[in-house]
Order: sequence, then C-alpha cells, then structure tokens
Amino acid sequence: MDIKKTPKKLNVKEKYRLMTRDLAWEPSYRDEKEIYPYVDYEGIKVHDWSKWEDPFRLTMDAYWKYQAEKERKYYAIIDAHAQNNGHLNVTDARYLTAIKLFLQGISPGEYAAHRGFARVGREFAGVGPQVACQMQSIDEIRHAQTQVHAMSNYNKFYNGFKDFANQRDRIWYTSVPRSFFDDAMSAGPFEFLIAIGFSFEYVLTNLLFVPFMSGAAYNGDMATCTFGFSAQSDEARHMTLGLECIKFMLEQDPDNIPIVQKWIDKWFWRGCRLLTLVAAMMDYMLPKRVMSWREAWNIYGVENGNALFRDLARYGIKPPMHWDDVEKSIDHTSHQIMLGLYQWKFGTAFHSWTPTASDIEWLKEKYPTTFEKYYLPRWEYAIAQKEAGGEYNNFGLPKLCQTCQLPCLFTEPDDPTQLAHRETEYEGEKYHFCSDGCQHVFEQEPEKYVQAWLPMPALMQEPLKGDLAAWMEWVSLEPTAAGEYANSEDKANFEKWRKQVSTD
Amino acid sequence: MQIDVQTVNIEQKNQTFTHLKNRFGDKKIPSRYQEASYDLQAVENLHYRPTWAPEQELYDPNLSKIRMNDWYDLKDPRQFYYSTYTLNRAKQQETMESNFKTVESLSLIEGMPDPVLKVAQDLLIPLRHVNYAANMNNTLVCGYGYGTVFTQPCVYHAMDNLGIAQYLSRLGLMIGDVESLEAAKQDWMDSDAWQPLRRSLEDLMCVRDPVEVFIKQNFVLDGLLYPLVYQRLVDQNLVEQGGSGISILTQFMTNWYLESKRWVDSVIKTMASESAENKAVLEEWIDSAANHFTSVLLPVAGLAVAGNQADELVSEAHDELLQRAKKAGLFK
Amino acid sequence: MSKVFIILQANEETRSIVEAIEQDNPDAEVVHEPAMVKVQAEGHLVVRRETIEEEIGREFDMQELNINLITLSGNVDEDEDALTLTWNS
Repeated sequence: MDIKKTPKKLNVKEKYRLMTRDLAWEPSYRDEKEIYPYVDYEGIKVHDWSKWEDPFRLTMDAYWKYQAEKERKYYAIIDAHAQNNGHLNVTDARYLTAIKLFLQGISPGEYAAHRGFARVGREFAGVGPQVACQMQSIDEIRHAQTQVHAMSNYNKFYNGFKDFANQRDRIWYTSVPRSFFDDAMSAGPFEFLIAIGFSFEYVLTNLLFVPFMSGAAYNGDMATCTFGFSAQSDEARHMTLGLECIKFMLEQDPDNIPIVQKWIDKWFWRGCRLLTLVAAMMDYMLPKRVMSWREAWNIYGVENGNALFRDLARYGIKPPMHWDDVEKSIDHTSHQIMLGLYQWKFGTAFHSWTPTASDIEWLKEKYPTTFEKYYLPRWEYAIAQKEAGGEYNNFGLPKLCQTCQLPCLFTEPDDPTQLAHRETEYEGEKYHFCSDGCQHVFEQEPEKYVQAWLPMPALMQEPLKGDLAAWMEWVSLEPTAAGEYANSEDKANFEKWRKQVSTD
Repeated sequence: MQIDVQTVNIEQKNQTFTHLKNRFGDKKIPSRYQEASYDLQAVENLHYRPTWAPEQELYDPNLSKIRMNDWYDLKDPRQFYYSTYTLNRAKQQETMESNFKTVESLSLIEGMPDPVLKVAQDLLIPLRHVNYAANMNNTLVCGYGYGTVFTQPCVYHAMDNLGIAQYLSRLGLMIGDVESLEAAKQDWMDSDAWQPLRRSLEDLMCVRDPVEVFIKQNFVLDGLLYPLVYQRLVDQNLVEQGGSGISILTQFMTNWYLESKRWVDSVIKTMASESAENKAVLEEWIDSAANHFTSVLLPVAGLAVAGNQADELVSEAHDELLQRAKKAGLFK
Repeated sequence: MSKVFIILQANEETRSIVEAIEQDNPDAEVVHEPAMVKVQAEGHLVVRRETIEEEIGREFDMQELNINLITLSGNVDEDEDALTLTWNS
C-alpha cells in the first residue's frame, strides 16, 4: 500500500470541508456556465465560493440522528393530542381562526420554500451554499408536512381547514403570502436567498413564529405549539444560513453591496406587509394574548433589527428603506386589517368577531395613542349595527395593492385619518398601491408585478363575471366556514363538546 | 381481565381534507403519507414567471418530454414522507456507526491484505465524487420536477447521496487519512479509468429535463453502478479476498440501492403505462444511456478485476438493467 | 452594545445546559418564559461542551443542541468544544 498515512487529528472545520466541499471538482469537459446557468445574471460577483462558512456543520448521519429524535418526540405529542381530544383544550373556538389562517396562508409557503431552496441548492456554484440550501429544502418539507399533520386533527371537527389546497390557489387573502413566495421563487438564486434566507428567515422570523407559537401555547393548542418548538430548532440553522448568505455576498465584492441593499429594502418591505396578517392575529384573534404586535415589534423588530444592522454597517449596509414607515404603521395596521377582515367576513374561510369589552380594555392599554382615537369608534359602530339586528358587511370589493395584494386599507404614515393610495402608469395601464413602499417595489421591476394574478379583478372576469355565489363555489367557501363567529357551527360544536368532556 | 379505557367519543365533521377526498373518497382515513404528499404544490394562478427563464412557469410540467395527465400517479411505494424517511435513515445510521466502531476497534482495516485495500482505494473512494454528482442531479429533479409526490423523494435521494459520499469519505480516512482522499480526487480528475465517467456526469449535469436526469441518474447509472460495484465487486469479490471489513462499511449503500429500486421502478412503470409517447421517450433514453454508461463503467470495473472479468461483470449488470426495464413495461 | 441570546426549550435536558451557560458567562441574564428559557448577554455569549458535560453527567456532543434550540441572535461560531455568539458592533 503506497498511500502515506499521517495520523492527523482533524478539527471539525477541516473534517467538514472533506465531507462537503472536497466532494466537488472543477469541471473540465463542460463549461461551468453550462452547469450553473443562473448564477451570473443578477450581477452578483463571487470570487471564492470556498469562503462560505457553515457554522453548524451537520453531516448527513448527524442530521438523520437528531432530526429523527425530534420527529419521534413530535409525533408522540401529536398522536396523544389527537387521542385525547386535545382540540378541546384551546381557550375557545375563536382561537381556531388563527390556525386556519396559518394552514391556508403559511403552510403553502413552507412548501414553496422547500422547492425554492432545492432550486438554489442546485444553482449555486459552491458546495457550501449547495449543502446548506439543500438541508433547508428538506427541512421546509418537514415543516409543511408536520403542519398539515397537526392541523389534520382540527380538520376533523371544525370548518375552514378542509379546503386549504384549493383556497391556497384561489381565495383572495392567500394571494398575499403566495405572491410573496412566488416573487422570491421567480427571482434569481441570490435574491431568493436574501428574500427568504435573510429577510424572512432571519430578520423577520421571530415576528412570525413567536406570536403563532406562543399564541398556541397560551391558548392551549398543544399540537401547534409542539410543531412550533420542533420547527424552531431547524429555524436556528436557517437563521445562520440567512446571516451567512448576506455576509458572504457582501464580503465577496464591494460591487455586490448596492444590489444587496436594494434587495434588503424590497424584501423587508414585502415581509412587513405580509406580517400585517400576523399583527391582526396577535392583537385580535388570540383569546388569550401573548403580547401586542407593538410589543413584539419592539423586541424582535427594533431591538434585534438594530443589533443586526449595527453589525452590517461595517459593510456599508444601511437599515432598510421605509423602516420609518413601518415603525409608524405598527400602532395601526393590526386594527386596520382586522376591521377589513371583519367587514369582509362573508368571504373568508375563517370567522371574525368584534372585540369584547375586556378585549377593548387590553387594546386601549397596548395602543394608547391610536386605538381609542381611531379604531374604537369604528368597532363601536360595527357593534351597534349588530345590536340593532343588522350586520356589518361590506359587499363592495376591496381594491387590492398591485404589489402586496392586500386591500388598500392602510393610512398615510403621517396622517392616520387619510387612506393611503398611490398610482403608477405603466405601458398604458394604471396600477394601484397601498403605500410608497409598495409603489417603490413595483417601480423597480414593473415588468414583473404587472403579471400578478389579482383575486378581486379575477372575480370580475371570465368565468365568474362578478357572481359572488359562483365565486364562493369556485374557492370552496361554504357559508358555515365564513362569517360571524358568534353564529358559527364551530362555536356551537366546541361548546357542546366541551360540556361532554367536563363535569361542570 | 379486560380493561376498558374510556375516551369521550366526539363525532367527526370531516373525515379528511377535500383534495384527499376527491382523490381517495372518504370511506378511509387518509394516511400520513397521503396528507403529506398530495396536492401540496400550487397549481394555478401563479403570479410571476421566473426571471431566470421567462419562457417557463414557476411550476412547469412542460420542462420534460415525459407527460403525465396526473403527476400524482407517481406515488412512492415506500411512502416516505419526512418523518418515516428520517426515522428509517436514523436506524441505518446507528448500524453504520456501530459498524465503523467495530471495524476500528478490531483493526480490521490494518489487518486487510494490501490488494484489497488497493481496490478499496482505487475503486471506492473516488465514487464519493459520483455521489456528489448524483446529489446535484437529484436536487435538480426535486427543484424542477412537477408534483409533490414525484419531487419529494428526490430531495431524500439527494441527501442520501450526500450521506453515501460522506461514508465513502470516512472509509477513505480510515484507509489512508487525508492522503487517501487526495489520491482519489487525483484519480477522479486525471486517471484514464475515471475520465469517461466523469465526462458523462459533467454532461448529465448540463441536462435540464428533470425526468431525463431522473432516469439517467437514478435508473441507468445507479442501476449499473450499485449491482456492479457494491453487490459484485465488494460484497462478493473483496469479501472472498478478505475484505469483509470493507463490505461492512458499505452496507448502507447496498441496502439503500435495494430499497430505492422499488421507487425508481415504480415511477418508470407508471410513466411508461401512461402513453405510447412516454414509453418511446423512456426507451430511447434508457437504451442510449445504458449502452453509454456500460462502456464508461468498464474501465472502472477494471480497477478491481482483470479485463475479461470486467467485461463479463459489466455485461451482466447491463443485462440485469434491461431486465428491470422490461419488468417495468419497457422494450416489449 | 447589542444583546446576543440563545433560547432553548425548557425541559430536563436544557436545565443542565442553562446552568453551564450561567457558569461560563457570569454577566448573562436568564429569562424564563412559558416552555422556553432565554439566556442573553451584552455582545458575547459562549456555550462550552466541557461545562455542560460536568452539569449533565455524561458525554455531550455540541450538535445535540440542535434538538432543543429554539432561536438565537448574533454571529455564530461553532466547533466541537463550544458555540459562541457575538455581535461585532
């Protein structure tokens, strides 16, 4: 045997390099550009792929071992939850609105991320990001599936879960998260990483996960809470991928900085608009609230964000454009969104309700400068309509923002009494936006955003032609899944079943 | 003695999700595999075309010459979803860990005859690069294929290939430390035996039809490589020469191949029975790729056995592959 | 200065990990929340394998942290012996 043996003890970094980076080779029969066709067109320059650092350095054997342990624990709890009618432990059936929104809106995004990370896991020309992205791809299908499995039990007893697949593609509010993920997936590999890996999975992730998962814990939803904790340990790896990808891009070439800055600006804004649905969930949909959206923003947005951008300042990165507009919106958007969802409750596959007296006290306390002044009067009006035997429904269709696809129900950052509206003309058509932020995003890439499938205009076109009943059938929205919580099957059933299992 | 455990029986509203009811009816509760795999991919009203290929859709069934009326017909007979996949692999990983420890503690590598170690070094260690290419190829299929049921197993297959590459790397470190891996890479890049295969893989990494990549990588190449290298050259030849230690450390690869066959064959069978056009495309791909990969594997086999024996073994593997194809409904 | 933190699930295993972190980072603050425990510090936090092993009474692989980790904040550096979180500002 003529192989020289040097009994070296390899350190973790070196061993991992041999287990990953060293597997690849410089192609000599085909051009690298043929094997990696999408890696240049965004203008990002990479001089040395080997500079990509992976802090967690999981080899596949370790991945299988630790993930399997998590899976065992997770399904044991899900099974116990199902066997013991765990759904009856939630505070009350209003809580279900939050998880219906989650299954309809967020779970599809997990699946999209799985496919998106698979693609970039193939398209990057360096093994470091390839392996990291592939691991995220397999993690994301884990999340999509564990969510569907957790919700499966709720689906057996309540409305609003069973048609999530059709509603993902057709109903109006799911278009908000769907267009977010489609936007990222249709972007190039580097932008995809900044959009999802960095902006969503790093900067904004705690604003999505802590509210939903803590909300689940506070409201007795063991299934979702368990999912949350189980997924979060994967998220820690995703967060480090997100931070690594941005540092890598910024360190490879100074020419990358302005490109990355533009992406940070865009995706921070799109992400914050997406999170307005989470804001409404936190402030209104959880019977027992964890903290207000404002409080969550202060900790996870401001404190964390500031720490992060202070760190990135050394590369010449500035905090995202429109940060101030977001800050100004924090005390307003949850109320604006919830009032919107409430008035269009006939068209949502989840229930809404007016805040109770104690809800109102909480909202006053958490939003001392805005709630009582701007939003309580509107809620009181809605409540008065109900008490007079009427209903508070707006059968007019909301005008959707071309970019974020939310209804244009936000106000001017400096004047909460003025609805914000922006317009841009492009190739003879007029496009509408809810804000400067969304208008700016559009104007950077109009040829992309004009392609968007907007659900409300689609309702007016063939084949539905404005027929609301036909639309409801097309989106699989049964009246029992929509509308006022107080009259709902879910409420009645939940209370009946709770009585069945308790002694009082 | 009978113990009656009383749980409160609450009547269910829905047996299952509508998309599963539409597929399977609602008499039976769907399995976790079904819940995890059917109709999770967006279908319509996609928002933007890819900027990296504006002529395509974000999820595009037309990327392939193969056409399916319903891509969800391509069910994985192993019914792997994330949980069952990882639990399965974790058990196999534990066995392999134990195998590595055993080989090390009994100094089985040190005790092996030099010719055996030479074959392990020359034949097996460079394969870590082949597995890397397979990882890249399966990642492509997962990214760009159509339908969760078809694409999901491909990410598992991609990570499996990475895992195998890592087991081969560890084997190399045991045989000859870092120098073993360096030598194997040198062979992969320069030695005559490996160039035709390396060239073929670089060619395959330039193909963008996801099903074509799936077929040529997972059915043809692996369908020749594993029976040739692991079943015959390692588990028979090397063991006969005193190399059981090597066989123990490649046990994962052997078992994995047998498990994956079920899936790959099932996919081909379903694709072939879908239409005469699909059948013709599959036959064309497989026929040309089988001939090609057989010829590039010949010098690789020659690293372990003499010329005419290599010819024989490689031919056998080729015939076996065509038998598999026939069983899947092709070439008839 | 900016705070770094690590948040773990609150269970039997992590009790020892948290105790180890407190030992190695005297200035760190431990915050208990429902089902979670957060350990935070100004600018720098180190999680050491050796200290965990003393507390937990068995061998510990740093990668085991993956099982109970919820989230973290700061630049991450990990090897077989320690996980370190830092903000460079």
